Amino acid sequence: MTEHPEGAVPPTLELRDVRKAFGPVVALRSGTLVVHPRSIHALVGENGAGKSTLVKVVAGVHRRDAGEFLLQGRSVDFGSTAESKAQGVAVIYQEPTLFPDLSVTENIFMGRQPLGAGRRIDRAAMYAEAERLFARLGVHIDPRRPAEGLSIADQQIIEIAKAISLDASLLIMDEPTAALSGIEVERLFAVARSLRDEGRALVFISHRFDEVFALCDTVTVMRDGEYISTHATAETTVDEMVAAMVGRDVAELFPKTPAAIGAPVLEVQGLTSVGVFDDVSFTVRAGEIVGLAGLVGAGRSEVARAVFGVDRYHSGTVHVNGTAVPGGKPRAAIRAGMALIPEDRRKQGLVIDASVARNVGGVIRSALARTGLLTARTENRAAAPWASRLEVKTNALDMTAATMSGGNQQKVVIAKWLATDPKVLIIDEPTRGIDVGTKSEVHRLLSELAGRGLAILMISSELPEVLGMADRVLVISEGRITADLDRDDATPEAVMLAATHHQPSPTRTEAVR
Amino acid sequence: MSTTGRVYAEYSQPLWKRLLMTREAAVIALTLAVIAYSLVNVQNFDGPLTLKFLLQDIAPILLIALPMTLIIVTGEIDLSVASIVGLSSVVLGVLHQGGMPVPLAGLVALVVGAVCGMLNGFLIAYVGLPSLAVTIGTLALFRGVAVGLLGTTAVTEFTERWTDLATGTIGETSIPLVMIPFALLAVAFSLLLHFSTFGRGVYDIGLNSEAAHFTGVDVARTKFVLLTLSGVVSAFAGIYFTLRFGSARGDNATGLELQVIAAVLLGGVSIFGGRGRLHGVLSGVVLIGVIASALRLEGVTVNVTNIIIGLLLIASVVSGGLLAWLSRRLPRQASRASTDPGSTSTRPAARAGV
Repeated sequence: MTEHPEGAVPPTLELRDVRKAFGPVVALRSGTLVVHPRSIHALVGENGAGKSTLVKVVAGVHRRDAGEFLLQGRSVDFGSTAESKAQGVAVIYQEPTLFPDLSVTENIFMGRQPLGAGRRIDRAAMYAEAERLFARLGVHIDPRRPAEGLSIADQQIIEIAKAISLDASLLIMDEPTAALSGIEVERLFAVARSLRDEGRALVFISHRFDEVFALCDTVTVMRDGEYISTHATAETTVDEMVAAMVGRDVAELFPKTPAAIGAPVLEVQGLTSVGVFDDVSFTVRAGEIVGLAGLVGAGRSEVARAVFGVDRYHSGTVHVNGTAVPGGKPRAAIRAGMALIPEDRRKQGLVIDASVARNVGGVIRSALARTGLLTARTENRAAAPWASRLEVKTNALDMTAATMSGGNQQKVVIAKWLATDPKVLIIDEPTRGIDVGTKSEVHRLLSELAGRGLAILMISSELPEVLGMADRVLVISEGRITADLDRDDATPEAVMLAATHHQPSPTRTEAVR
Repeated sequence: MSTTGRVYAEYSQPLWKRLLMTREAAVIALTLAVIAYSLVNVQNFDGPLTLKFLLQDIAPILLIALPMTLIIVTGEIDLSVASIVGLSSVVLGVLHQGGMPVPLAGLVALVVGAVCGMLNGFLIAYVGLPSLAVTIGTLALFRGVAVGLLGTTAVTEFTERWTDLATGTIGETSIPLVMIPFALLAVAFSLLLHFSTFGRGVYDIGLNSEAAHFTGVDVARTKFVLLTLSGVVSAFAGIYFTLRFGSARGDNATGLELQVIAAVLLGGVSIFGGRGRLHGVLSGVVLIGVIASALRLEGVTVNVTNIIIGLLLIASVVSGGLLAWLSRRLPRQASRASTDPGSTSTRPAARAGV
């Protein structure tokens, strides 16, 4: 930054107080980001800090509600991704979207193929140009091969080649290294540095601090949709960066009342699902709330789904009160006393077009059908007290769940599982997308349930929620448990460090489907 | 979780509305209207043989519509039913020709039907292939085997005792004997769909199979059971079909699957799954049967009958869409409890047929 004084060359990208809201939800409160040419700029922040929204505004996916947006010193306003591309903005996503059946060259020149005599596509020129691009990037990819079967790393290279052939002056890479092995990361960094040296500006989004410090010259921190700070990486430390990312006092927000902690109820040993999570072991005891923290995509929900039997796993064991629970069978997990409140309540938690009564009675109905027959009346009578206990707001029990607010829907899901009288409650994102009032109701309820001896495993992307509610925090990173912290040791910094803990694994490459 | 003792109404609509303002009630009303019209205006419609032939004609459709309803409610389909009718007919004929008594040959035919259904069920439920593709394949496969076994010939030498049973009526009435097993099956299937946990699972799968899986519904097993039942019932319909006409042929009941599916959809079952009730379907079958019978008595050709039934089916689908469109445009009185602006479904579940 310092070597490019203001005024001489305008910044490639300049965002000032950019705001973007989706209905009542403000995703980006005041996004500020200034990126200079010949610079690699890191953008960091927790999940939900607004990084992706900011990138989408720059890419023309979303239109900003307010604020300044300048490209090369000129104010712009993109209505589509085509407009941003034409102005030299290229975005490379974590998982590139190529046409698998077309050749890599055809992917690069999609929609703007060079034309020869008689307006026919000049294939020879196209392949020659692709060859030239790959040579410049220092990679060996056959321009004629189909995109199908390329590793994620090579797919990203194709996207970068596309960006260069468009002569993009600004390249934004959204967590490009998440699925790459160590060698592939090095190659990507070499390419990024050479692009920087050509005078382009790069924005690099990553949760891995070692990479941020290895590659970038400047770092901007965001939190809760707001700009926090910008520093030269040479002048800051990992600890300062984490403090800026977390930056709030959380202790008293979500009070968990202390409960007597009893014997182990849920015991998970060496749970492994190849390529998803690896050797996951933990115990949840009666009366205990265990928080499962980690970044999006780290494998938190996947572990929960496998423990409950919604997904299968390759090896490992799950015990409830000492009894083994067979894998891959939700029914068996329910019989063993487990309940799973999944992360996506509209798709997984509820049959959204079925009535409140049908949803609340959804799991207990086999117990209601004692004679083998089940009537709507029995179901309604069984569902009503549970809906009432959770104060579900509805006119009648035959209204569909789709007509209710997110908070009420979540109450229906909770009612449905509490009705089964579980011993273990796994709750994935308990308060995502619900209003503040219901949120604290849910927190109070979880605390009360733990007080009555329930073993609770709580997954949450909201660090304050995890730290406030959990007796113990497990941190998962790239499918492995990297920390097991007691309440007193679970500081935001300790959790974030463990969550971004990164072991290069040379085998993790994925192919295009 | 302070208990407020909130009390809920069980239903948002009064009983008469829940009974009469439904798709099923509309189909039943239309069926009764067509019957009344035919009794007055169509000559011989009130004759003694009309009811007998009408019921004999629609019996295979009535039978197969029972499992088909449950399959379509889960969001799947079985197009191979008519081919299973043909195959079971040939199995019965060939075995009987070889000297096996009808009851035993019939039993083997039922087993063959079950195996056919299990093949469909295995490919759809456990391999995870789309039912449309699988059953188009087995439609050709089973029919091919049936025609291959018997060629273009027919087996017609059945013991009279059994063909008489298939064409006989209950006592002095005009109601065919086949209505007895049908009635038993209809009761069994309606208990299964509307009064059992299995049936609740069937609706859940049709509305949201992922959520059903998360709730502990065994999605694969449910589909497997339904397709197997479809095979068995189709084979039973094949035995009846064969004995009624005293003729086992490879091409028996060709195209019957479309009549069954048309009746199921006309009866108010959503092709996308999750909605529909058995009494609507049965009345849909009767409606089609009555129209066909009345038009035949009027001397109208089969082609015209098909045109009318086709138009009726399209009209019923359009009217459903039209009603949904209307209810969206009307003031949303049903959604007072709603605070979710993104929701489009404001109908109480009971009216939606869940």
